Amino acid sequence: MKILVPVKRVVDHNVKIRARPDGSGVELANVKMSMNPFDEISVEQALRLKEAGKASEVVVVSIGPAKAEETLRTALAMGADRAVLVETDASVEPLAVAKILRGVAEAERPGLILVGKQAIDDDCNQTGQMLAGLLGVAQATFASRVEIEDQTARITREVDGGLQTIEVTLPAVVTVDLRLNEPRYASLPNIMKAKKKPLERKTPADFGVDIAPRLRVLWTEEPAGRGAGVKVASARELVAGLRNAGVV
Amino acid sequence: MPILLLAEHAGRSLSDQTAKALTAALKIAGFSGAEIHVLVAGADARPAAEAAARLAGVTKVLLAQDAALAHQLAEPLADLLVALAPAYDVILASATASARNVLPRVAARLDVMQVSDIVEVVSADTFKRPIYAGNAIQTVQSSDATLVITVRAASFAAAAEGGTVPIEAIAGGTSTGLSRFLSDALAVSERPELASARRIVSGGRALGSVETFRDVILPLADTLDAAVGASRAAVDAGYAPNDWQVGQTGKVVAPELYIAVGISGAIQHLAGMKDSKVIVAINKDPEAPIFQVADYGLVGDLFEVLPEFDRALRS
Repeated sequence: MKILVPVKRVVDHNVKIRARPDGSGVELANVKMSMNPFDEISVEQALRLKEAGKASEVVVVSIGPAKAEETLRTALAMGADRAVLVETDASVEPLAVAKILRGVAEAERPGLILVGKQAIDDDCNQTGQMLAGLLGVAQATFASRVEIEDQTARITREVDGGLQTIEVTLPAVVTVDLRLNEPRYASLPNIMKAKKKPLERKTPADFGVDIAPRLRVLWTEEPAGRGAGVKVASARELVAGLRNAGVV
Repeated sequence: MPILLLAEHAGRSLSDQTAKALTAALKIAGFSGAEIHVLVAGADARPAAEAAARLAGVTKVLLAQDAALAHQLAEPLADLLVALAPAYDVILASATASARNVLPRVAARLDVMQVSDIVEVVSADTFKRPIYAGNAIQTVQSSDATLVITVRAASFAAAAEGGTVPIEAIAGGTSTGLSRFLSDALAVSERPELASARRIVSGGRALGSVETFRDVILPLADTLDAAVGASRAAVDAGYAPNDWQVGQTGKVVAPELYIAVGISGAIQHLAGMKDSKVIVAINKDPEAPIFQVADYGLVGDLFEVLPEFDRALRS
């Protein structure tokens, strides 16, 4: 079974982002970029399934600028077998991403598609579910446990109030949550080896997908700040303050 | 055409997330003049439909009952919503785990781009939504024929009850055979639910162990009749279950009182609680970022401060 793993190049999670004062967006010049943390988890899960003999090949795909090759090389250094870069400088919305991924999936015929549950830039939490809908296959979102049987997968999902376990028919799209695993670091020899692994270049047009955005971003701003309040010296003083505020 | 609000419910009861999403729907209706219908989909969900019918501003409740809808599996629920969609301009729901699961599938099948997690309705087609863990707010205008929207419930007050409207039973959809429910492991708690609690006591990594978390945080929560939350660091360390997690990757909450104990205040945690009315931070590090958003900060050893705090609250 082949596993397809989409990965996204995003602003590193340690960067404190700034909205441009003219409202035109978030400042991205000279900002450190990394693989979306949820996508690291999905790459890791694909590799573990391969190591456990449940998968034969792990293919990673990214939709983004030429520099997204770095993100794909990171996944290859972790252990993925080959990569597809669908190159575009435009900002691509989840719906168009899902349409491109449908094209990739139709060409690659994976048994399982592992997707990060959300990207930490747009925080949309849509791509995996959209892809499953477009492909007409089963979906299991927010996975904290993934077990592969013959023709099915048993997935434990993080839901409001606890966990839900479902069984899905393969092929399926599974979106991964934080607790699924702890992603590995790539070793230096593997980083070197990754430079030679195959990487195929495509464009959105190769899949016949119109990537024109459906949502027009009118304005981007920083949220209203919240000032620091007072320091209290003791628990007793704290309770007095809370009673004054009428919250206890 | 009307607005369709997908209800969040547990069959016998309606979640207050539905009443909060209804407030967002009413704001859209204020611009468009649309009626609002609520869809209650489940196996045995008449009590939830009756509760939805009592919400002020709803004109009709659709009740779809079928075994296939028992566990809100995405595939049959999406089929049902796609079948209903041609009669509606807007399909929306509170951004619960269930709605976040199903609505993007619906949006893709309708060939529309979902607007996720709105915090403000600017006009009938324009909304504000947080990006980058709430570190920026985007105003977006949709050009799609049908709007598919999830609503950040913490940003909207619950709509009131008033009157009652008809409940119309509709066909429930069928099992797709793609997915099957196996089991639930849902926490049963006497405490208020985290997403809608008026008070929350949250613990961080400074608690040091699952036992300390239980011995220190839970009694304080009981004294305050509060829900219990946790930082991602505490959840990752195994001190608290994941469904207690407050933050960008957990629950977004806005209670009247949020008490952060031993939480440093990483960006990703602040994103989940900074809209709380009153924030209290208790931390031994005076430089912890949590103090920058706290209305009341207490620098001290939580193991000394918390018992004192509990006693002072009871006195």
